[in-house]
Amino acid sequence: MDFATAIQILDSMLRLSAPLLLACLAGLFSERAGIFDIGLEGKMLASAFFSAAVAATTGSVWLGLMAGLTASMILAALHGVASITFRGNQLISGVAINFLASGLTALIGQNWFRLGGRTPSLSGDARFLPIEFPFAESLANVPILGPIYSELLSGHTLLVYVALAAVPATWWILFRTSFGLRLRAVGENPEAVDTGGLSVTRLRYQATLICGLLCGLGGAYLATGMAAGFIRDMTAGKGFIALAALIFAKWRPGYALMACLLFGLLEAIAIRYQNIEISDFTVPVQFMQALPYILTVVILAGFVGKAIPPRAGGEPYIKER
Amino acid sequence: MTAKMPKWADVILIPVINLVLAFLVSGLVVLWIGENPMEALFIILKGAVGSPYGWGYTLYYATNFVFTGLAVAVAFHAKMFNIGGEGQATLGGLGVALVCLSVAWPHWLIALPVAIIGAALFGAGWAAIPAYLQAKRGSHIVITTIMFNFIASALLVYLLVHVLKKPGQMAPETDLFPPGTNLPTAHVMFGWFGIPFPKSPPLNVSFLLALAACLFVWLLIWRTRLGFAIRAFGHSEPAAIYAGISPFRIMMVSMLISGGLAGMMAINTVMGEAERLLIDAVQGAGFVGIAVALMGRSHPVGVFLAALLFGVLYQGGVELEFEMPAVSREMILVIQALVILFTGALDNMVRTPVQRIFLQFRTGSA
Repeated sequence: MDFATAIQILDSMLRLSAPLLLACLAGLFSERAGIFDIGLEGKMLASAFFSAAVAATTGSVWLGLMAGLTASMILAALHGVASITFRGNQLISGVAINFLASGLTALIGQNWFRLGGRTPSLSGDARFLPIEFPFAESLANVPILGPIYSELLSGHTLLVYVALAAVPATWWILFRTSFGLRLRAVGENPEAVDTGGLSVTRLRYQATLICGLLCGLGGAYLATGMAAGFIRDMTAGKGFIALAALIFAKWRPGYALMACLLFGLLEAIAIRYQNIEISDFTVPVQFMQALPYILTVVILAGFVGKAIPPRAGGEPYIKER
Repeated sequence: MTAKMPKWADVILIPVINLVLAFLVSGLVVLWIGENPMEALFIILKGAVGSPYGWGYTLYYATNFVFTGLAVAVAFHAKMFNIGGEGQATLGGLGVALVCLSVAWPHWLIALPVAIIGAALFGAGWAAIPAYLQAKRGSHIVITTIMFNFIASALLVYLLVHVLKKPGQMAPETDLFPPGTNLPTAHVMFGWFGIPFPKSPPLNVSFLLALAACLFVWLLIWRTRLGFAIRAFGHSEPAAIYAGISPFRIMMVSMLISGGLAGMMAINTVMGEAERLLIDAVQGAGFVGIAVALMGRSHPVGVFLAALLFGVLYQGGVELEFEMPAVSREMILVIQALVILFTGALDNMVRTPVQRIFLQFRTGSA
């Protein structure tokens, strides 16, 4: 493999990691506050559809983005109502949200555009276009650093850079602000937060809505940045890979970046090479596709480092007790 | 709190209110699309139960949902949430295919028991790893079973593309099973008694197997020592340990039974209907099982009724798409999601006010 190919694979790794990263950080906020969320997939899907649908109808990607974020946050609020207010089972609520998004997007899509659940192809202002860094063109011929700057780093759409910037931002919010401290506390020991005079309900709702916002960005990127329009069930398990990455990252922002880049790289390799030959043995493409899930099970099993979730995760907080 | 409410309210009233809410919201969705919800309901009912043809499909779908619903229900009794029905049923299909293709079976009556063992063993085997990891290493079963669903689908695609594919053909599917494994359909079975039944519906003898599975689960959970241990463990782990029940054993056994039941769904789809192994033979039935178990309150009778309801929705949904093109088949997915939402996640929204009403009634009369 030569240098140019490596740059291309890494470039596609960045592109493929961005939605995983946004969804993974979304899950991080929610789960750090004690709300398990297996509905990342559904929220991304809803956002992907509404961002593409509104962008196709109005011709503006920004209006599309707003619609996508709204859809994702409505589903997040629904998850909040079920799991915080009514103390329902958070996992069941997540399953319901995934089905709801899958069904509603296909149903409304067919009704709206009559294209078998797709939206029309987006072009021009209805899409996020690649951003070229300054001097990317002229520096392309500089050895080694040139291609890294002008091909690998430059030329992605806005939301890829937003995803990358969200990593330090998440770290800063969670570990350097009082809001972050409270958020983490509410996921470890909500009784203590309650005793301290803060509202557990309010904090958890805030975390859930941030989760909806980030999922919305991820979904909008899928339909208006990476692809040019929505197709049925286009998230194709990305929400679950993000969930896997979150566990892989042991609920930490820095590790989340690493995990998402790794899973993005696996996907990039699987797309580029159908079957990988290592001497006489052929690694089938299906193995590469399943590898993120296998790695997550290995991590969960605790054979390679132990992943310990936030202590109060998944349990509704009951004040009277 | 639950003790203050009569049993019928818990078992019948609350699920019915939840269901009505789910259907009301579904009706609003249909209305929003610009169609008449009552008319849609009529088309669904007519398509699903208005003719022997409709019944043939409805009961075929219901058979799948009984198996996956029972699978989720058995695990629920041990307080385990098995989302892996999809993957376990996929592997069950592999087990059925391997049995059916292994020898030239002389008669289905001989092939069926072996195929059942194959399906149950493969399904249970696929549930065993997440169960072991939960019991021994504390890995969350929900996450591991989700991961195993994806791994199962990748594994099956690999096997069908590279190993099991019929030589000289493009489509990733196995050879047709030998005629000796073909299960009698409803058409054939009604024919034995001289009753006419349409030929095309895929309803087959697996339906009787599903009824037997309901009875088996009822006997297991409420009439055996093991079932008692499973329920005790589900109610309170510390109490169960104090009573000498091994958590490891209960987690393993309940998940193995759960996976085995999910795997047996393949008898209906792979052996009964397709008569060969295809990619995506499960078609989401593993997930429908979650809705069915929640609605059926994890009781075999409830599971059967809920499976029947979803069978009606699936078959009726096909007719609905045909007669009302604006409402596509995905409407069923929306209804399914709302049923899971209202009966599972938003249960307390209905339960708390109903309990309050009963409480007031009680204090008023005393």
